[in-house]
Amino acid sequence: MKALSTTFACAAYGFLYLPIVVLVVYSFNLDGVGGFPPQHWTLNWYRTLFDDSAMWTAVANSAIVALSTVVLSMLIGFPAAYALDRYSFPGKAAFQRLVLLPLIVPGVITGISLLLLTVSSGFHLSLVTVILGHSTALTAVAATEILAGLAKLDRSLEEASADLGASRIQTLLRIVLPGLRTSLLGTALLVFTLSMDEIAVTFFLIGRENTLPLEIWSRLRRGATPEMNAIATLIFLFSVITIFLSQWLTTHQPEHAT
Amino acid sequence: MPRARVSAWLVAFPPFAWIALFLFTPYCLLFCYSFWSLDASQQLLRHATLANYLHLATTPLYVTVILRSMRIAFSVVVLSLLIGYPLACFLVFQAGKYKRILYQAVIIPLWISYLVRAYAWKVIFGNEGVMNTLLLWAHATRHPLGFLLYSPFAVIVTLTHIYVPFVVLPVVASLEKIPHELLESSSDLGATAWQTFTRVILPLSLPGVLSGATFAFLLSFGDFLAPLLLGGPSSVMIANIVANLFGADYNWPLGAAVAVLILVMVLVILTITQRLERRWRMA
Repeated sequence: MKALSTTFACAAYGFLYLPIVVLVVYSFNLDGVGGFPPQHWTLNWYRTLFDDSAMWTAVANSAIVALSTVVLSMLIGFPAAYALDRYSFPGKAAFQRLVLLPLIVPGVITGISLLLLTVSSGFHLSLVTVILGHSTALTAVAATEILAGLAKLDRSLEEASADLGASRIQTLLRIVLPGLRTSLLGTALLVFTLSMDEIAVTFFLIGRENTLPLEIWSRLRRGATPEMNAIATLIFLFSVITIFLSQWLTTHQPEHAT
Repeated sequence: MPRARVSAWLVAFPPFAWIALFLFTPYCLLFCYSFWSLDASQQLLRHATLANYLHLATTPLYVTVILRSMRIAFSVVVLSLLIGYPLACFLVFQAGKYKRILYQAVIIPLWISYLVRAYAWKVIFGNEGVMNTLLLWAHATRHPLGFLLYSPFAVIVTLTHIYVPFVVLPVVASLEKIPHELLESSSDLGATAWQTFTRVILPLSLPGVLSGATFAFLLSFGDFLAPLLLGGPSSVMIANIVANLFGADYNWPLGAAVAVLILVMVLVILTITQRLERRWRMA
């Protein structure tokens, strides 16, 4: 029984990691994508990639979008989560449903409805509209993560702070925010990664400047080249570094955060 | 007004304003557009009409595509559960000291670009892809298997790959809530491992299964990237129709009507599963 389930688990991990292994291996394959067994190892595709200025412009655009999205979605997501966790007010249930809606509504819906808003109000599509779209969609993620963080906080510290005469603002700045520090950092990293990768919403809101996923997307439609494997491998590496960074931040939190 | 209430409104106001402007208003606009139409010269006519919805109801194509999208999403859910549920059981009951790292290993693919993963399956399933050339090399087949790529099969495999972690995480969470004493007393009272599973573990993990399955179903149902990249004409899904109507097929009002239909279906399914989940939690 135990052997059986271990074998099954290995197969499941195989399924989860097979595509990633294939991508990485074939990014070093001279003869292009596919073709078994891979032979003639090369770094050529990485050289092509590093000389590809359109790709790096797209990377820069994506970084601008992702950073702005992190800032905006934290600025909206934190008060939203704080209000939902600590206060009761009329319309709270409806507010919560609406904030979290983009989590389960397909990106295509969010994308086209924001496109309609942009066009109806006479604005042009640009990276700004992409940032608006990402922030609206990813505020749901930020609010969920911060809600989970708030639920784990030790309430007695806040009560003590209030008993000792601190105002709500003082308690928020001195107790709640420092206590949430790791959770906020983890959330920011998650939102950053998701924004760097977003396509469904971006697809409808993009102007002339491409983000990285859309640049890759438009090239894939013209046909796959191993240069795509090379950039995919780099994106994978970047994701793994981000995960370990967020893991490290959450496990190595300072004992007395004041 | 009491002070707590004032500060509640102060805190809630900025996110409320943002959501009203960039989430609620766009959804309302979508709803309005779905009742508008285009005239002969492709200009928007702002007169309420049911023409778009009537067109949807009377054109068999839309019903076919919606049913196909549901079939594909359902297959994704079943496959994700078949892979994800045993994996979650393994993590909770058997992984032992490696549990933490193995759990992380399920989460890592979640952080990896959707596009990168979809592309990887394209590389694997293509006619000159890894799978076919491997089969030719091993003399398992004489001709490349054409059905692998540009078919519902490729779309289902790709979406399953993406949604397995979404199923594993809530199932692990609900399995971990089962008290250990319950499992011990079940076996003390003479239940076989299979009986313990079907009578204790499975019923108690249903809320996790339901929330993972709902998530996987709704997001695969509304996906349009996997069908575009890996599917052929036989795997066009409902969100592709929306994307096309907002792109090359240029008919925004009709596209908005299809989108409203998707949104309504999503909300109905969500309401049903939330009711079910609440009932199971109480039972």
